[in-house]
Amino acid sequence: MGSEVAQWQEDLYRVLKDGGIGQVAYVPDAGHAHLIRRVQADPEIRDIVLTTEEEGVAVAAGAWLGGQRAVLLMQSSGVGNCVNMFSLLSSCRFPFLALVTMRGEYAEFNPWQEAMGRGSQDAMELMGIAVHRVSEPEAVAEVAGAALDAAFLAGDRVAVLLSQSMLGRKKWERR
Amino acid sequence: MSAKPAVERRAFVARLMRAIPDALVVTGLGSPAYDVFAAGDRDANFYLWGAMGGAAPMGLGLALAQPRKPVVVITGDGEMLMGMGSLATVGAQRPGNLTIVVLDNGHYGETGMQPSHTSLGTSLVAVARGCGIEDAFAVDRLEGADAVAQRVNARGGTAFAVVTIAAEEPPRALPARDGVYLKNRFRAKLGLPPF
Repeated sequence: MGSEVAQWQEDLYRVLKDGGIGQVAYVPDAGHAHLIRRVQADPEIRDIVLTTEEEGVAVAAGAWLGGQRAVLLMQSSGVGNCVNMFSLLSSCRFPFLALVTMRGEYAEFNPWQEAMGRGSQDAMELMGIAVHRVSEPEAVAEVAGAALDAAFLAGDRVAVLLSQSMLGRKKWERR
Repeated sequence: MSAKPAVERRAFVARLMRAIPDALVVTGLGSPAYDVFAAGDRDANFYLWGAMGGAAPMGLGLALAQPRKPVVVITGDGEMLMGMGSLATVGAQRPGNLTIVVLDNGHYGETGMQPSHTSLGTSLVAVARGCGIEDAFAVDRLEGADAVAQRVNARGGTAFAVVTIAAEEPPRALPARDGVYLKNRFRAKLGLPPF
């Protein structure tokens, strides 16, 4: 697995580490697997596995109340699970950073991923979250770093959508 | 259903709050927020007015960020039921400084006292234990507030208390609804600046 890790996935860890992130809440996704492993191995960052993504919105708000920066990792299907909980962010103007791996948009095998994949950006924007999309691996660190600064320096609510094309084609046939 | 002993909610919350002066408190929306506010407003109280299901995970994020402070979530059965998965998330972390108190009247009080799942078969104590929160227990007497407070102040493990309260509706006592204000005064209490 180690040899398959893309540089942008390691770049994301560096951005979170350099950005002083203390809590990483997540529902796992293959695209975040490397980042999650790195966080789990880092004694300075608490990794928090969630049963549903909306919990992570509340965890991040609680972390900020207590003086820590948190980030939420999820795949696009999780965005829909968060919609009402996003109201917590706008009602209280909590800083918020989400890193979202996209499904349903590039060489997708599973049509059930299409609906929420296509609706993810709009759903977030409808709820007042600024969305940055990244399709070029070389741009990941820059955009994620900019989003982190906007969240924790300007108190903004920001999501970075990581295009499925960067993850490559999923191998569905097992032998 | 047979009548179970039931505690008066305002008296219970007032007794608990008096005994945990150093605690950071997050309330679920609705009556638990009114109960905590009626016990005396504090900068270290954060009242949710929405985000139903979010009280426990918010308390978790806060407890992990402030490990030397006791953190207490005070919420209702309906709010806890909506965020029931978060008990598994709490059970996976088990911060020593987190106590969750569910004021359980078995009903959705804000919307017309419709019976909730805790009147219809769900035991939140059993759910919490099943999620790995071993110190989960039921409280059916006012004096039980002291046992809850002892756990809060000891910071000796994640605790989960379900308090059987009467399905009464005491006079509303409404805390501030301005979330930005509640957030900033809470952080200021901890010596944290605005961004």
